[in-house]
Amino acid sequence: MTMQIADTVSLSASNSQARAHAAAARNNLRTEPRAVRIAIITLAVLFLTVFVVLPLVLVFAQAFSRGILAYFAALAEPEALAAIKLTLIVAAISVGLNLLFGLVAAWAIAKFEFPGKTVLITLIDLPFSVSPVISGLVFVLLFGAQGYFGSWLRDHDIQILFAVPGIALATTFVTFPFVARALIPLMQEQGTQEEEAAISLGASGLQTFFRVTLPNIKWGVLYGVLLCNARAMGEFGAVSVVSGHIRGETNTMPLLVEILYNEYQFVAAFAIASLLAMLALITLIAKTVLERHLDEGQDASDH
Amino acid sequence: MTIEVRNLVKKFGSFAALDGVDLKVDNGELLALLGPSGSGKTTLLRIIAGLDWPDSGEVFFNGEDALAQGARERHVGFVFQHYALFRHMTVFENVAFGLRVQPRAVRKDEAAIRSRVKELLDLVQLDWLADRYPSQLSGGQRQRIALARALAIEPRILLLDEPFGALDAKVRKELRKWLRSLHHEINVTSIFVTHDQEEALEVANRVVVMDKGRIEQIGSPDDVYDNPATAFVHGFIGESIVLPIQIGDGAIRLGDRQLDLAAEGLAPGASKLFVRRHDMLVGPPGSGAFEGAVQHVRNFGPVQRAEVALSGGETIEIDAPRDKELRAGDTIGLKPRRYRIFAG
Repeated sequence: MTMQIADTVSLSASNSQARAHAAAARNNLRTEPRAVRIAIITLAVLFLTVFVVLPLVLVFAQAFSRGILAYFAALAEPEALAAIKLTLIVAAISVGLNLLFGLVAAWAIAKFEFPGKTVLITLIDLPFSVSPVISGLVFVLLFGAQGYFGSWLRDHDIQILFAVPGIALATTFVTFPFVARALIPLMQEQGTQEEEAAISLGASGLQTFFRVTLPNIKWGVLYGVLLCNARAMGEFGAVSVVSGHIRGETNTMPLLVEILYNEYQFVAAFAIASLLAMLALITLIAKTVLERHLDEGQDASDH
Repeated sequence: MTIEVRNLVKKFGSFAALDGVDLKVDNGELLALLGPSGSGKTTLLRIIAGLDWPDSGEVFFNGEDALAQGARERHVGFVFQHYALFRHMTVFENVAFGLRVQPRAVRKDEAAIRSRVKELLDLVQLDWLADRYPSQLSGGQRQRIALARALAIEPRILLLDEPFGALDAKVRKELRKWLRSLHHEINVTSIFVTHDQEEALEVANRVVVMDKGRIEQIGSPDDVYDNPATAFVHGFIGESIVLPIQIGDGAIRLGDRQLDLAAEGLAPGASKLFVRRHDMLVGPPGSGAFEGAVQHVRNFGPVQRAEVALSGGETIEIDAPRDKELRAGDTIGLKPRRYRIFAG
């Protein structure tokens, strides 16, 4: 290619043909040769097919391998229904809690200056950086029979570990960063001027929050909730440690998938897995829509 | 509504944004706080609005302690530099906001709110934009909506933070005139912050010049321009020639040249002589206090601007009328029509 450019430079002075040649050379500079382009694209497509599309297709293929009736029969098993119900309950609790915590944390971080702010920001990311298994173990250490609160809990007959509260706590911990992470940059960018304007116009703190702050971040909130929910429903590691795997009682969908698979009940395992896969697809589509709204919000704020 | 500020101090870390500020604002005044960035003028405005709190000092509205009230109770209209319009609300709802958040007992009914908003949009001449969103407006339109929104609550005081700072020069000039006539119409005690001297001198009844958290001078626009109280004010407002001089033995010297200027009553030592560019009158050599060689001449609107190397060693720029014959290489005499000397 260097040769080509050198050629065109020496020729281009006189005729238009040389100029056209030079233009072609410039175009070539900005892109790779055709063969390289095809090779790179093929590689990318192959990779995505093998690692993303194929597994997804296989999940559904396995789930329906004995026909639609077997698929629905597997989902109608009491154990499966219990797992679906538990997953929904746990997701509702942890998304609800994280929505509240995330909003409060993001609000504090984005709108106020206080000592220890950077520490708080780092702490919010902690659940992302530790292994989910460790997160689960922490709760065992706190609430287990030998744990700090173990004897007190036993005396008062409160069951946290191997029950819904433990699973919800572990899930909440693991999914804590999603809402806060989605909101902090958004709220930092929006600043505090609109809130100041609202207060100087006579609005109370609550009026300011519900009429000014919340409408400005609603797409960010939805985005955070969506990702938080997807992770809450799919969480395996932390939940596995605290759940105790009591059949029909403390198995969430991901835990049940593993158990069924280990028992060679492939149709049942993949039927449950297909529900999780569908959740993922719906989440992806919703995420794309929300991201468009978030971008629009950004443009509108571009005063 | 009168405003009185007494010995206000506000520090951010070790930086003193306000370093003992006293100020009285009369009822119905249109006052400008003028100063370079970091001079504390916006901090002062925000403290008056209740958006910031001083470390010490007092603020009174009509003799009442304003610091005892939050921003919400002070009934102050605040217009932000970047407008701070509610981006998810229409222009109409932005202006209506202050009326809608009032306590139920005093809140107007929907029809009254509508007619009040309509009235305000008419006042700022933008009633045709009622259904638009802030992002669909130009900068000048946003600024006027922000003003209408602040006026909706019938504020006792109107505070404007760099109201025209983010606008282009032409719109800025139009809005200045408009703000003046609007103030004339509604006659609310108003304070606006600006770093643009032209804006302050053109719009305000009274100008407060600030620097480094202190007030340098308070006076009418003519006053601060013609009789600057400090070296800072002279240098900040209008274009000034500054010459380092020595005072001693009843004479004023620039370098080794003795100047033909009266030295009575001046403290001996190093001082600075301030002259406006257009106050340096050009004459034949030997006719004035200064003498110098013209380096080059440029026409500059209604005047010609000449760079002159003084025989004391300094090079200055002067403004002379276009009809005065000046050429590079000429030796001329310069006589300051008015000048001021500040120690330091």
